[in-house]
Amino acid sequence: MKASNGLWKDRLDSQLAAQLAEEIDTFETEIELRQQDKVDEKVFAETRLRRGTYGQRYDNGQRHDGSQSQTLAFEEKYTKGPHTVWDAPGMQRIKIPYGGVNAEQLEAMADLAEEYSDGIVHITTRQDFQLHFIHIEDTPALMRRLAAVGITTREACGNSVRNICGCPFAGVCPDEAFDVTPYAHALTHFLLGHPDAQNFGRKFKPSFSGCAQHACGLAGMHDMGLIAETRDVDGQQKRGFRLVVGGGLGAVPRQAKLFDEFLPPEELLPIAQAIARVFGRHGEKKMRSRARMKFLIEKWGMEKFTEEVRKERATLKEDPRWTDYLAHVDEGSESAKQPPGELPEDAGNDPRYTHWLRTNLREQRQAGYVTVTVALPLGDLTADQTRSLADIVRQFTNDTVRTTVEQNFVIRWVSKADIPALYAALDAAGLSQPGASNILDIVTCPGTDTCKLGISSSRGLTAELRNRLAEKSFQMDQAIQNLHIKVSGCFNSCGQHHVADIGFYGVSRTFQGFKVPHFQVVLGGQWEENGGSYGLPIVAIPSKRVPDALDRITEMYLARREKDERFVAFVKRVGKGPIREVLDDLTSNAPTPEQDPNFYSDWSDPRQYSLGDIGKGECAGEVVTQYEFEMAGAERMVFGAQLQLEGGNPAQAGKDAYEAMLRSAKALVQMQYDDVSNDPEEIVEEFKERFYDTEIFFDPFAGPKFADYFFAIHDRADTPATEDTAHHTIEEAQLFVEAVHSCYNRLRSEPAAT
Amino acid sequence: MELQHVNVKIFVEGDLSVDPEQFINIFHSWTAEQSCDELLIDVADYRHVPAGPGVVLVGLQADYAMDQAQSRWGLLYNRKAPTEGSNADRFLQAFRAAATACTRLESELPGLKFSRQEFQLFINDRALAPNIPETLASCQADIATFLQSLLGHGNATFAAEPDPRRRFGVLVQTGSNFDLAQFASTA
Repeated sequence: MKASNGLWKDRLDSQLAAQLAEEIDTFETEIELRQQDKVDEKVFAETRLRRGTYGQRYDNGQRHDGSQSQTLAFEEKYTKGPHTVWDAPGMQRIKIPYGGVNAEQLEAMADLAEEYSDGIVHITTRQDFQLHFIHIEDTPALMRRLAAVGITTREACGNSVRNICGCPFAGVCPDEAFDVTPYAHALTHFLLGHPDAQNFGRKFKPSFSGCAQHACGLAGMHDMGLIAETRDVDGQQKRGFRLVVGGGLGAVPRQAKLFDEFLPPEELLPIAQAIARVFGRHGEKKMRSRARMKFLIEKWGMEKFTEEVRKERATLKEDPRWTDYLAHVDEGSESAKQPPGELPEDAGNDPRYTHWLRTNLREQRQAGYVTVTVALPLGDLTADQTRSLADIVRQFTNDTVRTTVEQNFVIRWVSKADIPALYAALDAAGLSQPGASNILDIVTCPGTDTCKLGISSSRGLTAELRNRLAEKSFQMDQAIQNLHIKVSGCFNSCGQHHVADIGFYGVSRTFQGFKVPHFQVVLGGQWEENGGSYGLPIVAIPSKRVPDALDRITEMYLARREKDERFVAFVKRVGKGPIREVLDDLTSNAPTPEQDPNFYSDWSDPRQYSLGDIGKGECAGEVVTQYEFEMAGAERMVFGAQLQLEGGNPAQAGKDAYEAMLRSAKALVQMQYDDVSNDPEEIVEEFKERFYDTEIFFDPFAGPKFADYFFAIHDRADTPATEDTAHHTIEEAQLFVEAVHSCYNRLRSEPAAT
Repeated sequence: MELQHVNVKIFVEGDLSVDPEQFINIFHSWTAEQSCDELLIDVADYRHVPAGPGVVLVGLQADYAMDQAQSRWGLLYNRKAPTEGSNADRFLQAFRAAATACTRLESELPGLKFSRQEFQLFINDRALAPNIPETLASCQADIATFLQSLLGHGNATFAAEPDPRRRFGVLVQTGSNFDLAQFASTA
């Protein structure tokens, strides 16, 4: 689309590293070949994904305008992948290893956001940058401009080693064992394009944390999590990593499991290589929904996985890169520009400034310095702000800044004497928002704004919650201010709702024949300790009532918490039952569309959320009533399973969750076959024949995944659940119930047969 | 020098007097109706970002936005697809598209008024138009031609964007009111 695309190639090619230039040339050739139909669309799709060039909502050329699905009049030509229109705008993900960027790179991002995107630089929950509404034909020029400042988009998406996350406080945190930056840097460059990391069935996400207690790197929810530790070995202080593997959020979250208590640094790269080889060779390839490393570990067990990796490690040919970098790890990744100082005593009377001082600053382990968090609303900043940040970084530091998994920036090595001037500079750029990493600093995925999988508007909800919370943030009790809220637009958890104090993820429900956007309320998650525990959904609330739900939960916490009791402990002590009780009335008494049409649309989106033809009587009223009745029962049972688990009865919890799946499957079967019995075998058989074999149940994106959960749990129904398996069964039962809702909505949305 | 990807921002007169949420509703209705020359695809809400793009109506060949960059609200037309003709033709095309959107917004949102004396013209492409004095020198005549054809007089003044990191462009002061509706109607 850009008239200048060819100019950038001529101008920059001589400046780029030869390999980077060649890679981008190759990608440009792939684009041309696809335009000539000489590359299969699926192959091209994976090719562009591995360059970080991703699909975006409406790229199938269809858009629902609230009353009908509209075909967008794109020119009919080649596709970017299955059902993906060539000219439809897409998203470009840009890898930022351990979140480290410099001022020149920020300026490049600002320029690209203006020229190719919509003027916004977005930070993701894995420390990447994302630009939206990009035309595929502009991507090579964009990549060349990134490469010119030392950034590659290679393997930012697709079945590859994704961005390697790292604690943004590495090197300056008082609580870290040691600076993980050089190790993250080494692993990034070792695995990038490594032949052993090119044959995965799904993505592979590593992360580094400098300590066990904080959440800055979220090591516990990664495929490969590395937590720095030091030990006294023969009188010498030695470095190592507690290595955990197989973690992940997504629809089926798993905590990473211990692989090695103390992996020596010289084994970091070879073990990573061995894990990649084992995962590449033995990981699932056909069934996408079971292809992450966590499923291989689940299938094998940790003992076998560890044994296979160790065996693989023993076969690897020595590579000097494994240890070459170790000679330089103590050279220090960053240093101060200004001498250490003290914060001037007169902080002034500006309450916003004092609030910012309290929430956005952290002491460094180096005396006289602090880190400053630049809290970004929804992870967004403008091109002008990005350039201002570059100026600030140059003025106050040695030209470095880091992105965070909370979608913010951290400026490090700020002399305390510079704090007032730094605040003034940030304030002038609109970047001085207080409340970093607290209730105002809500993490959110793109949701229905741009994501093809989004169910509800996570960004719209987040913006609304932020507006409401900002009004009262000064008066909030500290316990409330300390809460972490995270919002995902669907169950896939890109907003990391599982590890929030209060998480939300998007679902839909049908009221009076109309779809209504909802969010499941997820409680029991823990942000600290690298995402130490995962929450479970307790109830689905209509989107427009979520702010009220949040008020009620926080009021209850404030009223009933014991002294210094953290929210996760409060939920555990009080139990989810009483919390759900205070929310129950928000799930019913829906207004009619005539009374309140706003209830039937999502945040920041006036379109009617439901399809206009829903509820026009294709099915008999009795069937609908029975379906709704049965599904309400199934949802109660899933929640009951959680209460059983809370009460220390995992076997019953597993059984209840399975029963909930049976009941919801039966509800669907009854739409076609009223006389189905309560016999589990018959329900499964009828469900399989009518909805699975016909693929009617298949999710447009996840395919048979949710039905597969049901069949697997049915097959092991006689095995009593443990605490671990009950937790997973409840998760899967909730997802299956959601999938039944989706299937039902799809069926009800189909036009009546003529 | 061939200039493509012309942007025109027509500023709101005075302070914004309407709730910016209304732009979301209007842009969604324009998308449903496909009522612009360009293919309209989506609406992006950036009201949470200070001095940002505001509310963007994303299209294939161009975006429209109620933009708040540099803390000034205005209707921004961002031409993405290359267009034929001379530089002056491209300036005029972008101005007309912006003027059309402004007049529609004024009619749909009573109380909203756009300036008739001031607008910004810039090139959203640093390769074609780096923000250096040479660029201004090479296209000064094109800008003058465009303004002459737009206003029918040569009294307008324009000043180049001083920050070399920002995109090349000019802030135009017309000296007297121009008829926004007239340009819209001839679009």
